Amino acid sequence: MSKRWESWTGLVGLALIVGGHYVGLFVAPPEAMMGDVGRILYAHVPTAWVGLVAYLAAFIAAIGAMVTGRATWDALVEATVEVGLLLNVLLLIQGSVWAKPTWGVYWTWDPRLTTSAIMVVSFGAVLALRRQIDDPVRRLTLSSVATIIAFVNVPVVYMSVRWWRTIHQDFSSPETVSSAMVTPLRTAAFGMLFLATSFVVRRWRLGLKALEAEFEAPDLPEPVAPLRIEE
Amino acid sequence: MTAVLQILWKDALIEWTARSRTVSLLSFAYTILLLFAFAVGADADTLRRHAGAYMWMSILLCSTLLLERTMRIEFEAGAIERLLLTPVPPAALFYGKALSNSVQLWVVGAFTIPLVVVICDVSFVEHALWLLAAVALGGAGLAAPGTLYSAMTARLAGRQLLLPLMLFPLIVPVLVAAVKTTSLVILGDPMDQAGSWLVLLACFNLVYWSLCGVLFGRVVDA
Repeated sequence: MSKRWESWTGLVGLALIVGGHYVGLFVAPPEAMMGDVGRILYAHVPTAWVGLVAYLAAFIAAIGAMVTGRATWDALVEATVEVGLLLNVLLLIQGSVWAKPTWGVYWTWDPRLTTSAIMVVSFGAVLALRRQIDDPVRRLTLSSVATIIAFVNVPVVYMSVRWWRTIHQDFSSPETVSSAMVTPLRTAAFGMLFLATSFVVRRWRLGLKALEAEFEAPDLPEPVAPLRIEE
Repeated sequence: MTAVLQILWKDALIEWTARSRTVSLLSFAYTILLLFAFAVGADADTLRRHAGAYMWMSILLCSTLLLERTMRIEFEAGAIERLLLTPVPPAALFYGKALSNSVQLWVVGAFTIPLVVVICDVSFVEHALWLLAAVALGGAGLAAPGTLYSAMTARLAGRQLLLPLMLFPLIVPVLVAAVKTTSLVILGDPMDQAGSWLVLLACFNLVYWSLCGVLFGRVVDA
């Protein structure tokens, strides 16, 4: 298989997103309560699902990096956290755009929204930590630990609509969503998954190259004589 | 267990020799409480309603100063390497340090309670045990992840920024539960919710103390 299979995955993902959104915007019926505003779900829900999948992949990669100590897992941690964070930020922006006409405000301190906002800062801090550490071995260990701990919040985000009284919608399933909406939603979700996978693989390749260069770079030579400042 | 107590004793001695630092920390807690009161204004009702939040924000901000130092002193002059050469497992080192930080946060909490009573005009007497439980569990809930993150950031140039950046999002559930319990103690608890919030605090403590204890060895090895 070509090394560039991810380009095709990305293109297929993009086509599925466009197709899913076309059906969602022009073919599927408007949402019973929210009307046309509800059509944002074809973008918002796939972003949320795939964002959580990216963080789950980051968690698994972090365990892999800690157990094996291999750069390939470390590069995967960086790639999945970055893509997860991007989707997480998009999720909050889409949610705010939808909330204004529906709830009357861009933001409210609802448990689902609050825990999602915390997730941005938690995983953003992982990337901030990575930028602060020059030694690749220490960076691998510490960012893996930070990723595992940041992941503690992810199940809380997912379950927040059940654990607390919230104004956010409960879990959706094919039984609770009109069949005319299920197909475009699934199409857009698979499209988002393919596109995110393509981004992760591309970022992973770049990260791995950078890490290999770091490992192969020669150490600075020892000074031949101690530096002296002439008075 | 002996090793944990020895680490706790070592930290207690260090803090005793630097007593002026503890006084500065408590003064800082007092200043934060005063600043909140000034910022809100002289509205007694508002101060009473938010007294729990002011108390915990004061403890939280003090915790960053305390936690930033806790592992830095171990990494300075290679003290951590000597500690790791002794037959003390890293988990014991973590639990000793986290317990020491918990005790210090309990002291800060105990110091802020009378100040909150005076500044915000509230009473805790009726449900003092609930409040003590909230301070005990809340302090411990801040100390465990704080100790781990302190070890992770101790040798980094941007530790003063990174420690709160990483710690604050993680301890939001602890902060929310501790503030809720304290507010219920102050304002009354007709629905008997304080117990549920304390259970939530205990659950987060269980997760943090076990997970951080497992991961600490990796962090100090790095």
